[in-house]
Amino acid sequence: MDPSPQAMLKEMLRIRRFEERCAEAYSAGFIRGFLHLYIGEEAVAVGAMHALRPEDAVVSTYREHGHALARGMDMGAIMAEMYGKATGCSHGRGGSMHLFDASRRFYGGYAIVAGGIPVAVGLALADQLLGRTNVTACFFGDGAVAEGEFHEAMNLAALWKLPVLFLCENNLYAMGTGLERHQAQTDLHHKTRGYGVASEVVDGMNVEAVFAATRRAVDVVRLGEPFFLEARTYRFRAHSTADPELYRTKDEVEAWKAKDPIGTLSAWLKLEEGLTEADLRRMETEIQEEIAAAVAFAEASPLESTQELLRHVVAAPQLQEALP
Amino acid sequence: MGTTTTYREAIRASLRLALQRDPKVFLMGEDVGRYGGAFAVSKGLLEEFGPERVRDTPLSESAFVGAGIGAAIGGVRPIVEVMTINFSLLALDQVVNNAATLRHMSGGQIGVPLVVRMATGGGRQMAAQHSHSLEGWYAHIPGIRVAVPATVTDAFGMLQAALLEPDPVFIFEHATLYPMEGTLDESPVDLSRAAIRRDGRDLTLITFGGSLPKTLQAAERLAQEGVDAEVVDLRMLRPLDMDTVLGSVARTHRAAIVDEAWRTGSFAAEVAARIQEQGFDLLDGPVLRVCSKEVPMPYAIHMERAALPQVEDILAAAQELVGHHV
Ligand SMILES: Cc1ncc(C[n+]2csc(CCOP(=O)(O)OP(=O)(O)O)c2C)c(N)n1
Ligand SMILES: [Mg+2]
Repeated sequence: MDPSPQAMLKEMLRIRRFEERCAEAYSAGFIRGFLHLYIGEEAVAVGAMHALRPEDAVVSTYREHGHALARGMDMGAIMAEMYGKATGCSHGRGGSMHLFDASRRFYGGYAIVAGGIPVAVGLALADQLLGRTNVTACFFGDGAVAEGEFHEAMNLAALWKLPVLFLCENNLYAMGTGLERHQAQTDLHHKTRGYGVASEVVDGMNVEAVFAATRRAVDVVRLGEPFFLEARTYRFRAHSTADPELYRTKDEVEAWKAKDPIGTLSAWLKLEEGLTEADLRRMETEIQEEIAAAVAFAEASPLESTQELLRHVVAAPQLQEALP
Repeated sequence: MGTTTTYREAIRASLRLALQRDPKVFLMGEDVGRYGGAFAVSKGLLEEFGPERVRDTPLSESAFVGAGIGAAIGGVRPIVEVMTINFSLLALDQVVNNAATLRHMSGGQIGVPLVVRMATGGGRQMAAQHSHSLEGWYAHIPGIRVAVPATVTDAFGMLQAALLEPDPVFIFEHATLYPMEGTLDESPVDLSRAAIRRDGRDLTLITFGGSLPKTLQAAERLAQEGVDAEVVDLRMLRPLDMDTVLGSVARTHRAAIVDEAWRTGSFAAEVAARIQEQGFDLLDGPVLRVCSKEVPMPYAIHMERAALPQVEDILAAAQELVGHHV
């Protein structure tokens, strides 16, 4: 069953508003460390996740709030994680860059660029060996395509016919280094030819196009071979909260904002499907209520006790860690 | 009583048993299949278990170690063979950033029941890029376990025990040990205790892996001179069993550590530091270290011998220790 455009609009808006709230909480000092916002790229997560099944696996990056929310993770648990609370999805050990939910087969945010890709290949290998027809969807950026781990993993997945969906979120920048300054071949989907991996490029600012392309890709992958999907997208915000954005012009950012996946879809829905301002306001209200509840949950949640510091290093306490 | 076999054959027997017993176990690595393993450890296993379970990989250390991590999370039981520790450097990101962290970063949601084996060490005239002893680096990392089997029984048993662990276990097999003969006892071994390989009253020689045979030889030579050395085989570098070490030092009051790594920042330094932290009052003198010279491993045999800890170096350290007492 296809997701309705209106439902996808709301999901994108939910991610956008959530992250806007995160940015505020960051400024206020409640969230610390790195915070990489996905604002502008929401259509990729929302469109792609709808093409996956619950039993499929997801591997993501440090820019994964959108993926986590679109995968169905609890917003309160995500916010609490960023607040460093015991009730966070990773019990305060992970923070913004390391969200996990094993129950949703959301196998985490990886903050070493391309570091999650070999893990995704392994998850797919387990599925193949156990005769399960699951897909492992692996999200990464354009910058990751320059890493050796990407190329090793692509070759291995092709060689062993592993069900991995390589989903490249090409937002044209690796931190401050523009695509044409870090890739000899800027059509990233062409790169997989040498590995014999089928690929496609899709407008990552169009949620329905992403959904359709991901579904086509997943159909291929589920039959037992990898696929590379390049989604062309753009982040409207800085790379992270630490980025002064010296490497691109305001004009460029504004030009991309005109393609805002939320703005264009809501305009289209108003024109073609009779979406009203009242509908939008209701959406906004519901989202704000959920966010307020998530923030309240995060604020009210207890901190993990430092008595628990050595927990989760290994399954059982190690001898040496028990020593003074 | 066990049978006599080699270290290599003990590992192969252990791999075979693991593959027979659990259909979820598989072995993967460079040349583990057709070639039979760079050290012939897995010879014959491809024929017995087929290419899916004895899986040759491309030269992609990062990808296949990472795939081992993912496969372990996904519910199978990979044994990854990295040809040698020298090449494991290309997979360090997966080890340090993923295998060791995932349980913790996920707040305990995801464990990585992975076994990684690799050959380590010098002494075969392989020169500077093929002689590293870096298992101490791995021991630095919380979240993984580091096993250094030095006997035929441990070569067999530690792999079996590693497959019962819910966390990543790294097994370092010293390449000079593969042809070593010994008695194989197939009863279960643990992954937490050091072992006293020779009892003695006068001093404690602490070692592991490929340095155990040399250390035992040194102890025999010392016995001829009337010095009674106790030899402790650490067996595990992480977790480290200081109880056994300190128990021995409490009896002998003198200790030297024999470690093939370079002295600076070596695992021997860690053991020495802990002995003085936890057993300062037990000591009659400084804890000594017998390590490799601080030089990339030379090729020529006399130069390599001079770089690596030798029986004579251990004897010299022992004599210095005993001398301290008189
Ligand atoms: C191996 C590695 N090198 C460098 C970094 C620092 N770093 C973090 S994000 C980033 C840019 C990655 O760009 P891309 O893959 O396009 O993802 P995006 O941030 O655009 O989503 C860099 C260089 C890192 N985390 N890991
Ligand atoms: Mg990018």
